[in-house]
Amino acid sequence: MLLEVRDLQVEFRTRDGVAKAVNGVTYEVDAGETLAVLGESGSGKSVTAQAIMGILDMPPGKITGGEILFQGKDLLKMKEDERRKVRGAEMAMIFQDALSSLNPVLSVGDQLGEMFIVHRGMSKKDARAKSIELMDRVRIPAAKERVSQYPHQFSGGMRQRIMIAMALALEPALIIADEPTTALDVTVQAQVMDLLAELQRELNMGLILITHDLGVVADVADKIAVMYAGRIVERAPVHDIYKAPAHPYTKGLLESIPRLDQKGQELYAIKGLPPNLMAIPPGCAFNPRCPRAQDVCRTDVPPLAQVSEDRQSACHFWKETLRDA
Amino acid sequence: MPELTKEIADAHPTPTAEPILEVRGLVKHFPLTQGILFKKQIGAVKAVDGVDFDLGAGETLGIVGESGCGKSTVAKLLVNLEQPTAGEIRYKGEDITKLSGRALKAVRRNIQMVFQDPYTSLNPRMTVGDIIGEPYEIHPEVAPKGSRRQKVQELLDVVGLNPEYINRYPHQFSGGQRQRIGIARGLALRPEIIVADEPVSALDVSVQAQVVNLLEKLQDEFGLSYVFIAHDLSIVRHISDRVGVMYLGRLVEIGSDREIYDHPTHPYTQALLSAVPVPDPDARLHRERIILSGDVPSPANPPSGCRFRTRCWKAQERCELEVPELAVPAVFRLEGGPTAHPSACHFAEEKQVVPESDES
Repeated sequence: MLLEVRDLQVEFRTRDGVAKAVNGVTYEVDAGETLAVLGESGSGKSVTAQAIMGILDMPPGKITGGEILFQGKDLLKMKEDERRKVRGAEMAMIFQDALSSLNPVLSVGDQLGEMFIVHRGMSKKDARAKSIELMDRVRIPAAKERVSQYPHQFSGGMRQRIMIAMALALEPALIIADEPTTALDVTVQAQVMDLLAELQRELNMGLILITHDLGVVADVADKIAVMYAGRIVERAPVHDIYKAPAHPYTKGLLESIPRLDQKGQELYAIKGLPPNLMAIPPGCAFNPRCPRAQDVCRTDVPPLAQVSEDRQSACHFWKETLRDA
Repeated sequence: MPELTKEIADAHPTPTAEPILEVRGLVKHFPLTQGILFKKQIGAVKAVDGVDFDLGAGETLGIVGESGCGKSTVAKLLVNLEQPTAGEIRYKGEDITKLSGRALKAVRRNIQMVFQDPYTSLNPRMTVGDIIGEPYEIHPEVAPKGSRRQKVQELLDVVGLNPEYINRYPHQFSGGQRQRIGIARGLALRPEIIVADEPVSALDVSVQAQVVNLLEKLQDEFGLSYVFIAHDLSIVRHISDRVGVMYLGRLVEIGSDREIYDHPTHPYTQALLSAVPVPDPDARLHRERIILSGDVPSPANPPSGCRFRTRCWKAQERCELEVPELAVPAVFRLEGGPTAHPSACHFAEEKQVVPESDES
């Protein structure tokens, strides 16, 4: 297994109290596989990714438990200089907002080339040649001329492709893409997702795709982990989850997508709001919003129950949910 | 273009005969200037460049398009936050772009707006009561001073918020609740038309549905007409009676939701619809996707002829020379049926791109 996250716990200590952003997350990705992590804002999906990359702001963040095994080694036990060698070379991240993730006062070529100079000890000249090659690879037209341009001279879609180029520069084994296309228009989103999927196949990389878009997930993912209030509520192969969700939250998300046969009717809406991470409800965190909640849901945290060989659900009533689906 | 409008009206009998809003030849150019003392105009960003549509009473018109296509500028023009460079916006037959003073104020009461970002469109230093009640300061005839507090509480109740929250500040609310406050403010003056610019885009998936349902409920309750601007095509389809597709300052196709989604004839509409990810992993295999190359050209220097031609797989010489009119294409005109709706393409042809759209 390329990456295994085991029972990860992250909290943020703030003036107002402790926010439990990640409460025991477990997932794994293999080479060549795409795992989609689905969740709303505040579900802990990005925080988990930052902990894997080792770019979590600490303090206020603190990893209070769990392990992150990357190619068998626990990243959390590594020293910072060992970790730095892994970051960028072995695993890389693509951020949502390319404009604010790129340095506005350095040319695109300088930023791409830096990877090769720092990690591979290349000369400036070689690094530049490599940068042009990379820009070609992510299909930026006239790469030779554009390599010395600055981020503001590129369109949104192209900037995102430069981010992808940067992440791919050292051919890492794992890519984490945090909402890589959320800021883009649909036609450009299709271009970028296509490119990402193609390069992943070519290099046989593991990909963790963090998103809230159920459409994008259905298009590219092999398996899904659904997060809610810092926990995984359901893990399953992509086809199973869309066919028959085994958790009421997943079911609610799928049902709130407008469908053709519902036109003119009220949309299904999950009632209420996502919980405040400083006061997560006791028992199942989803219970105040859940149509199926019973007394047991308000007292006992549901364990991640095995639904089938490769599928789990953290619901006391997953059997009933699955049956009704 | 009186002939064209007649054609559109013939093809689309709206529920009510008289449109409440008629937009004709709407143009908005933002000048680009050079020089400090003597400003010289060196060009213009053609944000909106000739847009025509009607809005029937009680109807929802969805406008979709990508960023930079001018859909938000259209929204601002409709509520008079921007002055058009040319064209007419007729509200119940009266051109509101020519109005000023008292007459303008009276019309603006009837056309209100709901903004995209519930975080920046509410003043953080005002209480919810002040925010929702502010329209009454400008239009005191709607609610005399003594009754305002009660009116605001009624509005909070209508949009599904606790009326006791009247003295709270925006930061005490979540995104979805803030959007409800924005909607309550839009409703305060009992308008007939609400222009909603991406009202749910900033919200979480599970909250979006709540707000969409609220907007539909309010429409039934108050008989509102909506211009609903968004880039999420599935939500637009759900809420709209008719849909217009914009590209680079122009409408390229307009029709009922079924005409646009199930029988699109303009290549841009087809590409746009095919690019939308479908939440069904089984569709991956048997779905044809049109991946457009390149980016949207700059509206300061749009391509000649058809503006989509630089990214269009059908483009020919004619597209470069001749601007396609937004009209029912001749090939479909006689045939009738759902393909006979206005589409601005020289080579319009039907192509089904949305899978599993059953006709029943």
